[in-house]
Amino acid sequence: MKSLGQTICTHARALCASCPLSDICLRRVENLTTLKAFLDKPEFEKTPIRTSLGHVDADFCLKGGLQHGVLHEVYAAIGHEATATGFVAGLATRVAATKHLLWIGQDFSAHEFGELSPTGLLELGLDPARMLLLSITNANDGLRAANDALSCATLGAVVVEIRGSPKALDLTASRRLTLAAAQKSVTAFLLRFCAQPDASTAETRWLVRAVASQTQNEDWGYPAFEVDLIRNRHGKTGNWFMEWNCDERIFQNATADHDAVVSASAN
Amino acid sequence: MTLWFPRLPTDRLQRREQAQKKPIFDAPPLVLVAKVNNALRLSAVDRKATSLGLTIGQPLANARAMLPELKVVAANDPADLKLLTGIADWCDRFTPFVALDGPRRLLLDVTGVTHLFGGEQAMLDHIRSKLQAQGFAVRGALAGTAVAARALARYRDGAVVASGEEEKAMKPLSVEALNLDEVTTHALRRAGLKTVGQIATRKRSELAERLGAATLAVLDEALGAATKPITPRKPPPDYWQEQNFAEPVVTEEVIRATLNSLTVALTKILEQHGVGARRLEAVFFRTDGAVRRIAIEMGAPTRDAAIIGRLFREKLAMLSDPLDPGFGFDLIRLSAGRVERIASEAVDLDARGNEKSEINFLIDRLATRFGSHRILAFQPHDTHIPEAAWVSVPAQHTPPSKLPWRKTRKAKDAPRRPLRLFARPESVDFTTAQQFVWRKARRVVTQREGPERIAMQWWHHETPQAARDYFRVEDGEGKRYWLYRNGTTSQWFLHGTFA
Repeated sequence: MKSLGQTICTHARALCASCPLSDICLRRVENLTTLKAFLDKPEFEKTPIRTSLGHVDADFCLKGGLQHGVLHEVYAAIGHEATATGFVAGLATRVAATKHLLWIGQDFSAHEFGELSPTGLLELGLDPARMLLLSITNANDGLRAANDALSCATLGAVVVEIRGSPKALDLTASRRLTLAAAQKSVTAFLLRFCAQPDASTAETRWLVRAVASQTQNEDWGYPAFEVDLIRNRHGKTGNWFMEWNCDERIFQNATADHDAVVSASAN
Repeated sequence: MTLWFPRLPTDRLQRREQAQKKPIFDAPPLVLVAKVNNALRLSAVDRKATSLGLTIGQPLANARAMLPELKVVAANDPADLKLLTGIADWCDRFTPFVALDGPRRLLLDVTGVTHLFGGEQAMLDHIRSKLQAQGFAVRGALAGTAVAARALARYRDGAVVASGEEEKAMKPLSVEALNLDEVTTHALRRAGLKTVGQIATRKRSELAERLGAATLAVLDEALGAATKPITPRKPPPDYWQEQNFAEPVVTEEVIRATLNSLTVALTKILEQHGVGARRLEAVFFRTDGAVRRIAIEMGAPTRDAAIIGRLFREKLAMLSDPLDPGFGFDLIRLSAGRVERIASEAVDLDARGNEKSEINFLIDRLATRFGSHRILAFQPHDTHIPEAAWVSVPAQHTPPSKLPWRKTRKAKDAPRRPLRLFARPESVDFTTAQQFVWRKARRVVTQREGPERIAMQWWHHETPQAARDYFRVEDGEGKRYWLYRNGTTSQWFLHGTFA
């Protein structure tokens, strides 16, 4: 069976044969064909690189870990912005390992939710020296910068903070991000604040909220998250209680009494 | 070379009227007035008014009495300065050494460039005719020293005096040509010295005693015995390449291709000298005199034509007001500034060097697009004050810090510093011991840890700031806050939120 790209190409050729500008048209059609071929290519041909999160159940659903070179979306529950920031920081560190990380933040989110603090990142086990921060005024600039940055193969991951659902972030924009991420296998994260999930080409989509710590100890322990994997293009979804181990830099099962929490939330 | 614009302010207004297509044939004589010693006096007089006998410095009342139809406008020195700066920008096409000399004069150092424009006289005439075509009354002269050129521009418009001939040219001029202050000029006149030549006949010791060494230095310069270098408006570029067009270029392709070829030529020169530039400036000279400058900056000295070309393309694409060729550019210049020596490139054994240069290129690209103040890197700062424990600095211009990052928490502990910190701590009210209100929402405290007392740096402030007692607080949903209580006022603030 002919692919869609080939069909278009054949039709276009037939049309162009009589046209005086056929030369230019055909060249365009050829570009289009290459693009189509790229899009038609089944994804299992490339063996995706995956990084384990450390959390066994989540890794199982993700078929071994978080895939590189794709777009992941993380939605913060309203009021849980800092928690989601920590979760994304964790994911991005897992993926980027020792490479640099570009964090694209909006001026407005810094005012509303606080500035990203390198001392806070350091406490989570990240290296602030490997962090670049781009502060932009609107989502459009942020997405353009992200597309640009994803072409830099030495970057480990690119995180874009987006507040609300701006017009600039439509299906085309997310497809563009996905393509850019695939090209040099740099992973893109969209950190969404105050937004409802909508159509996108993201590989995974997460909803994150904080979990009350169960310990009565002096120290309340590592950051804990209730993580909802609400979309996974190549596997099952799930819901887990995780915590970020700041020393080992992995996600792990929330240790203390998490069963109690599960049953409590089920009721 | 000195260019003197005796009627700059009136030219400014008349050029504007001309641009608005107003007829100027029957326009009334125009003067500008400014308040001097509490009286309105003429500060500029146009050609018509001059021919009718008005002079600068005359009281306005007198002028009005002479010519009732006089048009009077208030003087606007900043606008004049802006215009003069614009003319200086235009003059950049002839030489990088252009200096403003008083409110109505430009000084150009044309040493070594006159042959490009067909010789000294041809160059001077060319500049004068071009400026006159723009609607300026201009007088110009070229001499070996600035003082001589200044005097000749005033008294012998269009004169070119070769180096060493200044004495002959200056001697017949009156003492006012030296442009000394009024007291000195008056003193010279009272002493019976009416021309420069007469002063030159006096003994140097006499002159120094009567008039001071400064006057003597001016005299020396006027006679060509001493020279003083000019102070250009901008530091001249270290290297530059330019392209002249007989026919002004308008199309984007040609402009782009020109920029590319200039880049290649310039990088070749940089390579020959073993240096790279950290700042490149493309200057577009429009036929109508407007000048547009577009600069890119780089974190590391660069001489790679491909990188420079790409940065320029991005910059041009991101311009908020696009490059407007108008009737076309007749000169495009590319200059390299902040030139630094590049260590000869040895290929690293591992890919680390390559990695670093790729990151640098990304930083340069983002800085070109959004401005270098927007792409930031974090550097540790050796203090325990939470909001001062780091600085975010433009990543483009900062080498990695040598200070280490220090963790506050111990192993196995929860983070002790919040992930998101508010630039201004936000006020919080505790309604009860277990409840506080932040941003109009009530939050119930389920866990609290602290206090961690952080004292302010009293030695940095005139009025010492109170110590803060920090608490880490968790609410019923598991959200974690970083609150502090001001040590003296006992007010509560929220400083950040934990992950």
